[in-house]
Amino acid sequence: MTTKPDALDGLIEAAVQALDLPFEPAWQPAIKANLAVTLRQAALVSEFPLPDDTEPAPVFQA
Amino acid sequence: MTINPITASAAEIAGAIRAGTTSAREVIDAVLAAIRSRDKALNAFTAVTEERARAKAAAIDAQRAQGGALGPLAGVPFAVKNLFDVAGLPTLAGSKINREHPAATRDATLIERLEVAGAVLVGALNMGEYAYDFTGENVHDRPSRNPHDTLRMTGGSSGGSGGAVAGRLVPLSLGSDTNGSIRVPASLCGIFGLKPTYGRLSRARTFPFVASLDHLGPFARTVGDLALAYDAMQGHDPDDPVCAQKPAEPTLPRIDDGIDGLKIAVAGGYFRKGAAPEALTALERVATALTAKREIEIPEAARARAAAYVITATEGAALHLDRLRTRAHDFDPAVRDRLIAGAMVPATLVNKAQKFRRWYRARVLELFAEVDVILAPATPCTAPLIGQQTFVLDGVELPVRANLGIYTQPISFIGLPVVAVPVPLKPLPIAVQIIAAPWREDVALKVARTLERTGVVAAPNPSE
Repeated sequence: MTTKPDALDGLIEAAVQALDLPFEPAWQPAIKANLAVTLRQAALVSEFPLPDDTEPAPVFQA
Repeated sequence: MTINPITASAAEIAGAIRAGTTSAREVIDAVLAAIRSRDKALNAFTAVTEERARAKAAAIDAQRAQGGALGPLAGVPFAVKNLFDVAGLPTLAGSKINREHPAATRDATLIERLEVAGAVLVGALNMGEYAYDFTGENVHDRPSRNPHDTLRMTGGSSGGSGGAVAGRLVPLSLGSDTNGSIRVPASLCGIFGLKPTYGRLSRARTFPFVASLDHLGPFARTVGDLALAYDAMQGHDPDDPVCAQKPAEPTLPRIDDGIDGLKIAVAGGYFRKGAAPEALTALERVATALTAKREIEIPEAARARAAAYVITATEGAALHLDRLRTRAHDFDPAVRDRLIAGAMVPATLVNKAQKFRRWYRARVLELFAEVDVILAPATPCTAPLIGQQTFVLDGVELPVRANLGIYTQPISFIGLPVVAVPVPLKPLPIAVQIIAAPWREDVALKVARTLERTGVVAAPNPSE
């Protein structure tokens, strides 16, 4: 998974609207930088192949 | 035995009070005076519970006068990160917003358990806002300052917990550790810190950060004090759904058993990459003292750190989403911008991180079939300057705030118990992680105690 840098501007704008998130133009660079780092970390995890039946770590017990 | 209550260990204080060579009142008077005179420079405390402390000390002295049995922590002053509920105080969690919360009506479980053992709460401690921090800086309360150099960071987020113990304001404090927030300040302040196994100690009545990663634990200047406090806090608590159904497993009685037969390895690969020379020197000294020659590779540690990063960003954003929508301007901007970004990360990626966590846990547990203990640096470097935004790790300039925990995150990610042991390098100390298998805090504490007896690890006094 790779995220094109310009795509983040669109993602931020859409997420702010769709998810009712607070936003001011002055916050954009820091939010974008943080989102870019988090998505890079997520990509590192996502590209690691895991079997379909791998159970997520938190297991709910009824 | 005559003691100096400012420099004495918790065990020495309790012993002197039991023996009657000092009183709880004398100890608390001395500690309150030290906080008044020296915390201006350290900024470790956000509240001092003077009245409560004096009443508790008087009760302990009265109990002794009447011939009553005193607990193992009788008269020992302690303080807690201000995300612990303290009856009568709002639980700040380092924030501005929580100052408007009503005062807590009951103490956190761990405070109750330390007080049952005789300890005396003297106050609440500074921390990074909502614990999303490795620096110990706080825009609302100003930064906690490192007692070894007050221009430098304590590390965080349990910054005041590190500064208060290293600065000889209290012999014992409590903090929380989601990604390294006990081990990082222990390293930068040069004291001992214990992050127990995930689920070992109750988190009831503390302000959360990332529920699936949050741990609580003690800081002290000796390994014996860590064990003393840890033993007093163990045991199941139905008020914390994560707290394990395990009886207390006291560690202190066998802490001097030595380490014969223990297989100890040093983490290689990821855990050496990016480490400054002082971090590697500290690691080498500890490994040499333990004759640990084997190097072991913790598989996919970088990915483990990445997964912890993703889970933290998103669970943290979920916790604070409503506050972000209504009070965005009342957050520390650095925390706010990280949380807003976290709210934009798709759930699919979080689920993959949780799946990876299961895989990684299984691989690391396989390592513990071969070894009993793994050594790793606690931080990549000694304390950076307060306000320092970036540092260079392995030739790459990176933000300090997010990267002081690169070596702690892959370990807490799967809840392993760790004792951070300080190596008293000059001019600044730095710690090494003693990592054990789940539920084997006793092993990590025994190794730490062995190192302490050799003198390789110790909590240096900043005034010496």
